[in-house]
Amino acid sequence: MAIGRSIKDQRAEKEVFRSRIVISGIIIALALVGISSRLLFLQIVNHDYYLQLSKENYQRRIPTPPVRGQIFDRNGVLLAGNHIEYVLEVIKDEAPDLNPQLDKLGLMLDIEPHIIDKIRKKIRITNRYQPVAIKKDLTDIEIAIFSANRPRFPGFKIALKIERYYPLGSVAGHLIGYVGRIDKKDLKNIDKEEYKGTSHIGKSGIEKTYESLLHGKSGYQLHEVDSGGKHIKLLEEKVPTAGQDLFLTLDINLQTKAEDLLRDYNGAAVAIDPNNGEVLAMASMPVFDPNLFVNGISHKAYSELRDNPSRPLYSRAYQGVYPPGSTIKPMVAIAGLNAGIVDEKSSVYGGGYFQIPGNRHRYRCWKKSGHGFVRMNRAIYQSCDVYFYDLSYRMGIDRFNTELSKFGFSEPTGLDVPHEKSGLLPSRGWKEARHNTQWYPGDSVNIGIGQGYWNVTPVQLAHAVGIVAMRGRRAKPHLLRGVRSNRDNPIDLLPIHLLPDLVLNDDSYWEEPIRGMVNVVHGEGGTARRSAQGAEYRYAGKTGTAQVFGIAQNKTYNAKNLKKELHDHSLFVAFAPLKDPKIAVSIIAENAGGGSKVAAPLAREFMDAYLVEPLPPSEEETQDKKKKR
Amino acid sequence: MYNQNPFIFLFIRVFSKLDWVLMGALMVLMGLGAMTLYSASTENAGMIERQMIHFIAAFLVMLLFAQLPSGFLQHTAIWVYGAGLLVLVLVLVIGTTGKGAQRWLDLGVIRFQPSEIMKLAVPLMVARYFSDRVLPPRFIDIFIASFLVVIPVLLIAKQPDLGTSLLVASAGFFVIFFAGISWKWIFSIIVSAMIAAPLLFFYGMHDYQRQRVLTLFDPASDRLGSGYHILQSMIAIGSGGRDGKGWLDGDQSRLNFLPERHTDFIFAVFGEEFGFTGNLLLLALYLFIIYRAMYLASKAKDTFSRLLGGSLALTFFIYLFVNTGMVSGILPVVGVPLPLVSYGGTSMVTLMAAFGLLMGLRDKGRQYD
Repeated sequence: MAIGRSIKDQRAEKEVFRSRIVISGIIIALALVGISSRLLFLQIVNHDYYLQLSKENYQRRIPTPPVRGQIFDRNGVLLAGNHIEYVLEVIKDEAPDLNPQLDKLGLMLDIEPHIIDKIRKKIRITNRYQPVAIKKDLTDIEIAIFSANRPRFPGFKIALKIERYYPLGSVAGHLIGYVGRIDKKDLKNIDKEEYKGTSHIGKSGIEKTYESLLHGKSGYQLHEVDSGGKHIKLLEEKVPTAGQDLFLTLDINLQTKAEDLLRDYNGAAVAIDPNNGEVLAMASMPVFDPNLFVNGISHKAYSELRDNPSRPLYSRAYQGVYPPGSTIKPMVAIAGLNAGIVDEKSSVYGGGYFQIPGNRHRYRCWKKSGHGFVRMNRAIYQSCDVYFYDLSYRMGIDRFNTELSKFGFSEPTGLDVPHEKSGLLPSRGWKEARHNTQWYPGDSVNIGIGQGYWNVTPVQLAHAVGIVAMRGRRAKPHLLRGVRSNRDNPIDLLPIHLLPDLVLNDDSYWEEPIRGMVNVVHGEGGTARRSAQGAEYRYAGKTGTAQVFGIAQNKTYNAKNLKKELHDHSLFVAFAPLKDPKIAVSIIAENAGGGSKVAAPLAREFMDAYLVEPLPPSEEETQDKKKKR
Repeated sequence: MYNQNPFIFLFIRVFSKLDWVLMGALMVLMGLGAMTLYSASTENAGMIERQMIHFIAAFLVMLLFAQLPSGFLQHTAIWVYGAGLLVLVLVLVIGTTGKGAQRWLDLGVIRFQPSEIMKLAVPLMVARYFSDRVLPPRFIDIFIASFLVVIPVLLIAKQPDLGTSLLVASAGFFVIFFAGISWKWIFSIIVSAMIAAPLLFFYGMHDYQRQRVLTLFDPASDRLGSGYHILQSMIAIGSGGRDGKGWLDGDQSRLNFLPERHTDFIFAVFGEEFGFTGNLLLLALYLFIIYRAMYLASKAKDTFSRLLGGSLALTFFIYLFVNTGMVSGILPVVGVPLPLVSYGGTSMVTLMAAFGLLMGLRDKGRQYD
């Protein structure tokens, strides 16, 4: 029975099995189609995405920073350079006997044990593939000692670090500026990719203005790494392009001279070549040493600079605003001629004070006894206030503003450093907006002698004097003279940036005011005649004394009774030589008193330094120097 | 001529049991496996040598198993099964721990995973059970057969080894499937499995197993934890593209981003280096092997052999499906190797023993007497 059933069943069972095998075969085929479509999705449809992820896994892009361009003065004297420093480093992963070797190195290179302990701590907390500095600023001897023993110290190596430095220290500190560590604020303004390997960026001065030229073009190394971050090999490399070298318009000898001249004062001295706007020197004293900032200035040193009442951090030359005082009288005279208010011959009675008709207020002249009848020439060289009170009162603020704007007083000169101040040439609209009161006729009187609301920066003054010297030719003041992309290349000089000429209604209007300025220094009654004695060239100048402290109607100014910071500022402007001018200067010495007493002789020395060939030192001087040594 | 030398006679007799079509396909697969392993092990010749020893051992076991006649298998099935159960219990009590699970039994000379035995013992036992029952099976038979499957599966899952218990369960239930369980039953089992799955997820799983299921649905949620395996594996496969990065040039494996790359995740290494094209060819080769195994099973002359053969063929497919599904990120990570390619002796020996059985079943339909 069992056999009978079994035979019958065998066939049926086989049928069932057959059909189930076929069904299984179909299901298996479908399942493998399912797996294949998953693979299609991963490998064909989303291939790019996963390839990208794979690259992000194993490729490390290590940026290689460019070498920053150097800064030179017009004669090739280095002002900002790159200090090369050798640092002994160790990579933990490559140093099998780290600890005993550190001790040996400590003995070899004279590193104190407690510093070695600190280094050990640092190594412990650093990624094993990252270098840790052991000794910075290695001397030649130390390098030689280590190099001789190098094979005994696997994993240790000498790395080269480049650091910005300013060889002349504080000289032209404001202008050159400094670099500092890149901070959050900087990150907003830069291409982050470009600065990935760079730690420092220009923070002020030329370093900031020309950051894009100085920085260069960053390169990179594409490394292959494994899952532990260990370097396997170099896949690709792009060499960085060094930044461009900058050649400034500054003559660093003249700059140093200017800073020496102002050593005893808070003040500024600016010298511009009026032919092309090149700034030859621009001193502001006191000044700071930009080297302090490169690696982060200490909190103490910074607060000392910040809290110093003389404010060494800001440049008086382009950020200091002062009443110009009488220095602008030649420009006001030119404005008066051009506006047809006065001519060369018209005279005014300078009786010691000026009164607006119908008003009892007395606008006093610096000379109590007055100058009597004065014409333009003497009004300039003797600096008669009444003449200019009268002139600007009659000209009125609107024409005054229009005419004086032409000398660049209403806006920054466009100097290529950050944060230049614009000064203030007042106008009717300005006063209404600022003080919410109308412009009174009396306001016009004061600005005629460079007082009242009128404020200028020393660079504006020098620029304006330059325009007078060039009879209307205007060149934008600037500090960058040329660039060089490579040590072997010649310097590319930048084109001169000329502004439209200042054209007067009659060219002759330039001459009488300039004659007045010549008489200031060379005339018998000139306010600054003493400072021009023995000059080897003829020049034109104008003194100025800017009031810091308003003196009451019936009082007189007496320096002895006033605090030092309320003393008048001493100003002087000049250009030289008279024929074919090469230099236009402005000088201000704060709280130093009258312009003729302090600023004028300083200006003379300043110009001498540029125009007069230095005499060979005499026998005595040479011997003196030898003794000192 | 054969009689002249008994050794040659024996040799020819032994080798004549082999199915050379299947053998050829397996050789190609193992060759590809060795190549991929060489790359996955970052050109470690020592590992290839050890894998070669596994190959040879597995081949010898296959030869041996190919000689076992159906009747002998039916007689011994119950003893092997019983011994296997006993050892599983022993493992739970005294087994050594490897990778957080108790799987290994240390016999002093060799350590082995007793659960591997059950991959063969369970289908043998269930096929033996059905071999003298009237088919299609009655309810009571299905119940008893299921019991025979579930006991060892639970013991293995307890170790815990989800991958092996899954394979053992498959092997057992495939026998029931081929025995002719009605479709009505199959669908009700599938439906109840779907109901049971969430229950199993919340009450029956270890935390790490649960985590694997969770990360399957969102690998990016756990980039550095258990999602890392899946993500890196998908990156490896995806970045291979159509034609692959080339042999020994898989960045993901060579630079150590791909974990477990010479064992469970070796399919990702293959996919990265040989691309979509290579993957399709590999899957085609597997499909060929499975179909050939199914063909051999269908040629078997008795019920026991058919059921055993069909089950072994489908279990081989489950290996492939679970492994490729997990490596390509559509199934949770369970420890199932890519059959005959992943590094490891135990699974290689078991798989080749199964193929030996398959080959031996082909035409030995007669009763053992």
